[in-house]
Amino acid sequence: MITVVSSVIILGVIGIFFGACLAYASKIFYVQLDPRVEKIAESLPGANCGACGAAGCFSYAEGVVEGAFPANGCIPGGKDVATIIGGIMGCAVEELTPMKAVVNCKGGKKEARQKFEYMGVQDCKAAMLLAGGNKACEYGCLGFGNCVNVCQFQAITMGENGLPIVYPELCTGCGLCVKACPRGVISLIPQSQKIYVGCVNPEKGKAVKAVCEVGCLACGICANKNNNPSGDIVMEGGLPKISYQDNLRILPGATKCPTGTYVIDVTYPPVTYNQEKCNGCEGKPKPLCVKICPAKGCLTFDAERKKAVYDSSLCVGCELCISECPVVAFK
Amino acid sequence: MDIKVIFLIIIYSILIQNFVLSRFLGLCPFFGCSQKLSSAVGMGLAVIFVMVLASAITWILYTYLLDPATSVMGYMTANGVPPDLTFLRTIAFILVIASLVQFIEMFLQKKVPPLYRALGIYLPLITTNCAVLGVAVLNIDGFSAIGLNGKLTFLQSLVQGFAGGVGFLMVLVLMAGLREKLDLATIPESMKGIPVAFIMGGLMAIAFMGFSGLSI
Repeated sequence: MITVVSSVIILGVIGIFFGACLAYASKIFYVQLDPRVEKIAESLPGANCGACGAAGCFSYAEGVVEGAFPANGCIPGGKDVATIIGGIMGCAVEELTPMKAVVNCKGGKKEARQKFEYMGVQDCKAAMLLAGGNKACEYGCLGFGNCVNVCQFQAITMGENGLPIVYPELCTGCGLCVKACPRGVISLIPQSQKIYVGCVNPEKGKAVKAVCEVGCLACGICANKNNNPSGDIVMEGGLPKISYQDNLRILPGATKCPTGTYVIDVTYPPVTYNQEKCNGCEGKPKPLCVKICPAKGCLTFDAERKKAVYDSSLCVGCELCISECPVVAFK
Repeated sequence: MDIKVIFLIIIYSILIQNFVLSRFLGLCPFFGCSQKLSSAVGMGLAVIFVMVLASAITWILYTYLLDPATSVMGYMTANGVPPDLTFLRTIAFILVIASLVQFIEMFLQKKVPPLYRALGIYLPLITTNCAVLGVAVLNIDGFSAIGLNGKLTFLQSLVQGFAGGVGFLMVLVLMAGLREKLDLATIPESMKGIPVAFIMGGLMAIAFMGFSGLSI
């Protein structure tokens, strides 16, 4: 009996003593936390990617409350998170253009020549330390997947061809992969853009041809006036530079590329052609539509019948012929 | 003699009977908290702190309240013989350790918030870390490997708590360093992450078995 009573008393006393100590300690070590910080931190993706400029999601939340960071600063969270934060902070939020990461290199194992076989640590940075990497191209993707490993959203996988594949629907545009790539082949472009340049090699012609089948030769065909009436493509430092506005305006130039360097991730419906209306652009050596069409073999000139011949299976849907035809034979 | 015993306790707790690799205590944080070197160091330091404090408080608690030979509870009984409450030691020790961890959690949240966030869920998990309860119980059970069969003295308990924590920190840091390297190695897909860490932990334990032949 005495054992039961004394054990109950002793454990009770110990419990009360420690409870009192903890209660007192919680007074001393009380941390005044703005409830908004916790709320914002909960609504963030929690990937600690650092795209906002803060060290992690929590310090970004603190920064928002202090006013150091904007409410729409979380790039992976995008519009949804910005609206929630705006609601917590009670302020209106400007919308950011949602971005995605793209790989500006098309030279996989098949297309690009290898300088030597690399058998070291499977890491792009490590591979680059050894004679500048195993690829003959000094600029292209090394394919060891630093970007795949760093992605917090599983938006990148390594393709069979030794090039990373980005899934735009999973990509939040945080830019971690851009920082992780020692070659700088990954860039961020607006989600709506489906056409981009698949090469970062600034060298020209022969030097590029020697190392990669699909590299940009800096020929400038995509940027010349016929293929690029809008002027959205400008040659700059041996590479085309696109000002992203409308996929359709870049399409003719991108289609014309002799090496197929552009990545065209979009299909447009082919135009319809009424051959009866065509007069073969009388008085001109070649019909205007045949001259302007960027797709090879899509529009050809039948000299005997004096009419343009259209192959809809080759049409890329750029609609240049519609604006060019004087008799409105295209729709 | 006393210095020699303390030296032996240190060597045994850190190397020969390491809490993680020889006694297999505290394996949850050993795998859970060893992915990054920085958080491994933080966790190790927190465990050292908790183990030393827990050793001290549980020793005092056991000696003066639970152990009938030295208890001050004699006045509670009619015949002046203190009640034998040694069966309460596990629950009493858990109580002490849980309160200590709570206290440390509050302390870190106030004073070292980055460490508090880095440790995350593992800090509350020290509460149920068997290495901490293990050291408290081993202080009472004695250290038969070096001929101490009875309860350790207060100083010896403190030393065992500290050295045990240092051993834990050392193993955690070794593991974290290896796992950081391992992230870059080419290993089969199915073995990546925890599976290969288990194998490595086993190999480390085998390596530490080599210390058991050490004669001092």
